[in-house]
Amino acid sequence: MTSKTPRSTTLNRRSLIAGGAAIAAAPFSFHTARAQEPTIKIGFPVPLTGPYGAEAQDQVRAAEVAIAEFNAGGGLGGRKAELLVRDDKLNPGEAATRALELIENDKANFIVGSLSAAVQLAINNVTKQRGVIFNSISQSDAINEVADFSKYTFHEALTPHLTAGAVGRYAFSKFGKKVAFLTADYAYGHEMVRGFQEAGKGMGVEVLGDIRHPIGATDFSTLLPRLQSMKPDILVINNFGRDQQIALKQATDFGLKKTTKIVVPIMLFTGRQSAGLAAFDGVVGGTSYYWGIEDQLPSAKSFNDQFRKMHGGRVPSDYGAMGYAGVRTVLQAVKNAGTVDTDKVITALEGLKYDYYKGPQYFRKCDHQSVQSVMIIECKTKDMRNEADVFQVVANEAPNEANLRSCEALGHKA
Amino acid sequence: MAGLTLDLIGLQLFAGVALGAVYVLLAIGLSLIFGMLTVVNFAHGAFYMLGAYVGLWLMAHGGNFWLCLVLVPLVVGGIGLAVERVLIRPLYGRGIDYPLLLTFGLSYIIVELVRITFGKAGFPFDTPEVLQGAVDIGVGFFPLYRLFVIAATAVILFGLWLFLERTSFGLIIRAGARDPLIVRVLGVNVSKVWLIVFGMGTAIAAFAGLLAAPLQGVIPEMGGTILAEAFVVTVVGGMGSLLGAVLAGILVGVVVSMTSLFAPEMAKVAIFALMALVLLIRPQGFFGRAGLMS
Repeated sequence: MTSKTPRSTTLNRRSLIAGGAAIAAAPFSFHTARAQEPTIKIGFPVPLTGPYGAEAQDQVRAAEVAIAEFNAGGGLGGRKAELLVRDDKLNPGEAATRALELIENDKANFIVGSLSAAVQLAINNVTKQRGVIFNSISQSDAINEVADFSKYTFHEALTPHLTAGAVGRYAFSKFGKKVAFLTADYAYGHEMVRGFQEAGKGMGVEVLGDIRHPIGATDFSTLLPRLQSMKPDILVINNFGRDQQIALKQATDFGLKKTTKIVVPIMLFTGRQSAGLAAFDGVVGGTSYYWGIEDQLPSAKSFNDQFRKMHGGRVPSDYGAMGYAGVRTVLQAVKNAGTVDTDKVITALEGLKYDYYKGPQYFRKCDHQSVQSVMIIECKTKDMRNEADVFQVVANEAPNEANLRSCEALGHKA
Repeated sequence: MAGLTLDLIGLQLFAGVALGAVYVLLAIGLSLIFGMLTVVNFAHGAFYMLGAYVGLWLMAHGGNFWLCLVLVPLVVGGIGLAVERVLIRPLYGRGIDYPLLLTFGLSYIIVELVRITFGKAGFPFDTPEVLQGAVDIGVGFFPLYRLFVIAATAVILFGLWLFLERTSFGLIIRAGARDPLIVRVLGVNVSKVWLIVFGMGTAIAAFAGLLAAPLQGVIPEMGGTILAEAFVVTVVGGMGSLLGAVLAGILVGVVVSMTSLFAPEMAKVAIFALMALVLLIRPQGFFGRAGLMS
């Protein structure tokens, strides 16, 4: 299948070609660049079909905003960017194939995307081998660990450790110490549980039980009575997308909220919009972004406005916004580096200090994790300004490397 | 296991029966169609999904849930009639795999058409207001709507029983299932019977889809997994047996529920383990007649 050529040789050839192309193009760039130079291609594999489809579609919308912005700003000396969206169907095998096709057939310069703690590792595997930059826009702890990490790997999204930590620190001090988990049985769920448990250490938190369900589950009625009988102060529901909507709706139907505070690591904007207030009412969760912070934050305002303009007045979701930041960071690095050359763009990304939509962010050197804030949100039940005004931010944990797993814990030397 | 009380087991049983109710409705249509037409209807899950979407559409256009309970089976049953008349009827007498492949392809077409019309993303489906919330059923709180699902299933089953056992048309259906040739010799228009049976089967599938919608929302793929489970139910109950479908449906629901209590990750596997066990001991299922598939 793969050629026997050592990786370094492939890389050299790649950079030689890229470098050669740049040199060849340079003298003519004033008048012919637009017509002759290929576009900068960003491969964007996300699970458009399946239980995370709604979130994935918003990621595409937001990524389009970043592309449009880059092109409107003149691109890379006139060279435009292009988004190649692919459906990975929430399947690691499918995602790896799509990523490989994007790199081999479509000649994608960069890969941004994925929406699953498990699927992104499959994509990362491919990009790592091919020496292509991959900026992941979904939660994962493993991707930062030395076993999966490579210099080509960037992680724009939050990590479960950071998210669950922030939500746990908030919830355990407020709602009680007896905790039960309902968890999607794959990397995302497992990493979230670990994050909550680590946050609970030293807070006297007692874990009553952790019930696992398969990803894409449609019925939780056989799991909820057992959780109810544990009589927890807090029920943490560690799942995502449609699974989260259905679990919250059915937990509400079973009357769990009468006795228990429901907490989710990520409370999804798309889910709340789709499932309505009843299911999400009273639930506390974390988020990477809520559009409503635009009143305090100019960068949020300008991102929201651009999104509104391109997408018929709608506002971006949390995961959508990460699609925007994921693409924009790469394109900004291309601009700063003045080239699409992989190594130079990596250096540019590492040096980036940016505030594109949610306040200051930067990539930590050792694991390329984007250091950023985590918000804690609740549902609004009154004083909503419009249909999208569904959450209020009750706490905001500022960007702080101390809240991430340390470089040493991840296995990095530095 | 700590905290295992009789109340919890009682609640778990109820959850299992409610889950089983939807299996029963799907399996009974499958069984009816297979028993009469010897058609293995792979489009059954698609009709189930269609029921939910037609309900969604009606609700968006001013209908209410109760009206949907009547209109959805009529609309989708009508589509079922057309499918039998136009697509399936030419395949009678050509072996069991012809209609099987046809309905298999048809299910893809229906799902794709729904994706094109309504989008891939899926929709939430509100529980009717009077059926929201939980009620105390003696062993603990149980969602009112799930009790309604059990009751609605019971009503459908009772109606079906009355129709098959107490009407002359039901008599023809039962006779047609036993020996279509003799029934035809006696001057009965068998193709009309088959048409109606197929329509009824799809109508019940659509009804089941509508009932399931407030529990889990509506997506184009919702018929896929449940169809596999409904096939397990018909196999366990015995292909073609209505009583078998009812008992096996409830049994599968309870098995899933009880397995979830002790080993949640085994719940899905338990369905198929049950099927394997039943097939080993009684290859024709609980009430199936041996040799129907040959």
